[in-house]
This record gives sequence, C-alpha cells and structure tokens, in this order.
Amino acid sequence: MSETVELDVAHVAKLARLHLTEEETKLFQAQLGRVLDYAEKLRELDTSAVEEAAHAVPIFDVFREDEPRSWLSAEEALQNAPRQANGLFIVPKVVE
Amino acid sequence: MNVSDLTALSIAELLPLLRRREASPREVLEALQARIAETEPRIDAYLSIDFDEALRQAERADVNLPLGGVPIAIKDIISVAGQPCTCASRILRNYRAPYDATVIGKLRAAGAIPFGKTNMDEFAMGASTENSSVKLTRNPWDTSRVPGGSSGGSAAAVAANAAFGALGTDTGGSIRQPAAFSGVVGMKPSYGRVSRFGLVAFASSLDQAGPLTKTVRDAALLMNAIAGPDLQDSTCLNEAVPDYTADLERDLRGIRLGLPKEYMIDGIDPQVRTALDKAVAHFNSLGAEIIDVSLPHTEYAIASYYMIASAEASANLARFDGVRYGHRAEKPANLLDHYSRTREEGFGPEVKRRIILGTYVLSSGYYEAYYARAQKVRTLIRRDFAEAFARVDALISPTSPVPAFPLGERSSDPLQMYLADIFTNAANLAGICGISLPCGFARTENGTRLPIGLQLLGKALDEQRVFQIAHAYEQSTGWHKQRPPICGETSNAQRPTSNVQL
Repeated sequence: MSETVELDVAHVAKLARLHLTEEETKLFQAQLGRVLDYAEKLRELDTSAVEEAAHAVPIFDVFREDEPRSWLSAEEALQNAPRQANGLFIVPKVVE
Repeated sequence: MNVSDLTALSIAELLPLLRRREASPREVLEALQARIAETEPRIDAYLSIDFDEALRQAERADVNLPLGGVPIAIKDIISVAGQPCTCASRILRNYRAPYDATVIGKLRAAGAIPFGKTNMDEFAMGASTENSSVKLTRNPWDTSRVPGGSSGGSAAAVAANAAFGALGTDTGGSIRQPAAFSGVVGMKPSYGRVSRFGLVAFASSLDQAGPLTKTVRDAALLMNAIAGPDLQDSTCLNEAVPDYTADLERDLRGIRLGLPKEYMIDGIDPQVRTALDKAVAHFNSLGAEIIDVSLPHTEYAIASYYMIASAEASANLARFDGVRYGHRAEKPANLLDHYSRTREEGFGPEVKRRIILGTYVLSSGYYEAYYARAQKVRTLIRRDFAEAFARVDALISPTSPVPAFPLGERSSDPLQMYLADIFTNAANLAGICGISLPCGFARTENGTRLPIGLQLLGKALDEQRVFQIAHAYEQSTGWHKQRPPICGETSNAQRPTSNVQL
C-alpha cells in the first residue's frame, strides 16, 4: 500500500458497525489497499473546474399527489421481523 | 410438440402458439418444469421456484395480453410478493417480499408469470455469481466455468432453455457481462427508464433492471412491458415508452457506429478481438458506417465506479441492522454488538469488503479525496459519451475482454475481478443504455466453445435504435441459434418455427 493511502480497516469497521475477525481485517487491509492504490490514478486529472455528477440523469423536484393509499398492514410489515409480539418489533434490551 | 421443442422457443415464437391455443400456459409451464428438472442438477441457476403458484396463474392467464402466459425468471434481488427475496445473502435467508416490485407488477399486467428466483452474486456484488452465499451456478456451455455475474442465474437459465426470458439488474455490467459469458442477449436500460421500486438497492445512482433473453426481439418485448414512469420511484423518468419492436426490421443504411480507440486495450483475449473485428466488418457490409471515436477518460472509469458504487452500497446496506427483518445475532452484549455481529454473521466477504471501502471513501477527511473526486470524474466520463454520441448512433465494443473463466480462477483477487468490468462500468456512470448479444465463440485448449459477447452502447433513452442495430446483426449472423451442449442435439440445429408442427 502506498503512503498516500491511510486506510485503517479496524477503525472503518467500527464506523460501519461491522465486526471483522483479525484475519479478515488483515486481508481487507491488503486487498483494499491495492484497490485504493489503483484509485490514486483519479488524482492524475485536474478536476478543479469540474462539477460533481451526483446522478446519472439530472432531474429535480419530482412530486406526486399526497394522497392516502392502502399499503402494507401492520401484520404484513411485521412478517419478516426476527421477533415480534402485539403488533410490535421486539428488540434486545439495550439500556440498563 | 415435445417438451424440449417448447422450451427451445423464443418468447416471440411461443406467443403465437399460446394465442392460437396450440399450447396452453399450463402446458408451457409444465414443459419448463420438466426442462428445469433436467438442467438444474447441472447448472444450479435457481434459488427458489414456486410452480404451484405459477400453475394457478397459468390457469387464469390471458393469452391475448402482450406476454400472456409466458413464464419469466426473476433475479433474486427483485421483490415478488410472497416469494423469497434473499439476494443470495445469509442476512436475507428467511426473508419474503411483502409486495411486488413495479417491474413485477408491469410483467403481471402484460400477462407474464414470474415463477422462480435466480442465483446471483450476493447483493449483486460480483462478476461471476461465485459470491452467492447459497451455491455456485455453472455456465451451460462449459460447466467448469462461471456464467458471469452478477445476474449469472438469469443468464444461465436462459442459455440452457430453463427460462424463456429473465430479469436481471445491472449496476456496472451485471446484465451484459453474464449475457456475454452465457451466450444470450442482455439489455441494460438507460438510467431512469425502468423503475427501481422493489429492487433491493445496491448503488442507487447506477442500478437498473433489464431483460436477459434468447433474442433481441424478446428483449424488446420484455422492455415494452417493464419500461415507463413510476410514481413510486422519483428517479424514474416521466417519458413515454415507444414500441421497442417497431423499428427492428429497419436496415442499417445511414447508421453510424463508433469504435472507441481507448477500448483496444492489451488485455483483450485475441479470440475476442478477432470476433470484434469480424463484427465490425459485418456491420460495414450491412451498410453501417464505422467511425473511430475517442472516450478519453476510459482509463479512469473503473476507479471512479468502484468508489461511487461502494459508497452508495455502504449507505444502502446500513439498513440491515437486525431489527425489522433479516438475520439477527443472538444474545448481544450491547447495541453496538447487536449491529456488528448481526452484520458480521449475515454478510459474505465481498459485501463486507465493499462496505468497508464505501464507508472509508465517505468518511470525514477522505470524502473529498475519493468520493467527490470520483463524482467529478464521472462528469468527465458523461461528457466523453455526449461528445461521441454527437458523431455516432451507437458505440461498439466487446462486452468483456475475456470469455467465461474457470470457477475459482479469479475469486481470490478483488482488484483483478474489478478490472474485467472495463467495457461495462462507464455506461452505468453515464446513465446510457447498452446491450450485449452473441457475436461468435472462443475455443478453449480442450476444444470447448465459449460464447463471446458484443456490446452496443446507445445514448440515454435510445433503446429503440440499439435494438434495431442489434437485431439487424443478430438476424444476419444467426449466432443466437447456437445453443449450448446442454440443450441437446435436437434443439441445436433449428429453433425457429420450421420446427413447430402447426
């Protein structure tokens, strides 16, 4: 990995809420280091006067009528829940 | 007509039989079921199939609709109400879609029957379908090789006559490249041409759903059904949908095809290069004018693409938190542990890699250096295409620099896998449309034939012209009539209506 790449996989994994094993951390550090090295070529271009393309097709202000529609019932919305009861998602206790 | 005859038909050949009541939707579905029973043990294209539900739909199918009674396979990233939608990921292993994607609703409205979900790289991240957490799909032309990806199950099913047609999604080539590897037709529509509502999002500014079929005409028929505005997707363009089959028979006189000089890279397999040269000569003989063009920022497309696609993926995949759906880790120590282990257990290696890469390029201090810069380069790439399309009607190139590679050959080096997307990534960055269609074969050392794909790129919303050019090439070369060995000798020689007893 070149010196310009400062990737710290262990730190980024925390930001991403993604636990990695030590082995994965090492592997990704090497593999993504090479990918970022490759991405360094983007620096060859002078982009100071270029606008960012946020989207493939610039379209703005798309609205639809704000009308009530029938949509999923609570039961349907809960059908894939890991745990549910009484029309609610049940989650692990996260506060003391 | 026996079973293998029916399943060998294109959609355009099947429709008149259904309309004249010479085959019922039920018979068609049963023929397909028998065919799939033969092919699945060898190619493993499907993740789930619901023939009972499909039979119920076949019983009440209206054969006078544009796709009335035609079964269509669906990539497992597209929601079909009541069916699994796993994205070939452990994190969605038990998930069932509570509603139809807009493209599924449109297929149903056209009379088609979505009957099964096809294998793919997990969350569409990959180019070989080897990143499926469920199983490997094999290339019907050579089962020791990959079918391409990420829509590899859809491509393999169509190639093996185990589907009349299929839907896939294309974020950086995921329809076109497996179509090329498997010897079928695949169309990536212009960004915004087809609704993304009900697709599990990978990279929202790049994703498009589109058809994989046996012929160009079939792809046009499916596009007629799935394209068009959708109030559920604010990025879906409010533009009328032409009849994509209307111009298919027009000749190519006056058509200008551009040959991008930057696409003549060293890494092209010599047999692919030869097939491209022959295709160019053939287009010339059909009356098309061939013009050299330049896309000067081509060499930056892959870097730009992987920064943007990974960034968008890391944001989109943040929704997998183990709360409302999907896998949940047992007995978390705290909230952070709940998220981190749920995601560790649920995601496979390539998805994890891209989440890390995407989170990094969006993180404070690096956003400008990577993500913002990549978006600026994207502007330059869009300009390249705009300038080229001012001079030509379509661009011509191989779809992939190489034919299908052996299973396992490239799965250990992500960068090498990414670099193989050189001809397909840029179209997604620019939002233009593209098609891949068969243009010949490469011979392996042991004599196996592997399909080669030709890519035609058209400007945004110019699908009709791309179909016209592709159809003229296909019909005058006949490559689409070649079927893989798995389709047997009988269906190899003749598929068209001469085979059908009327």
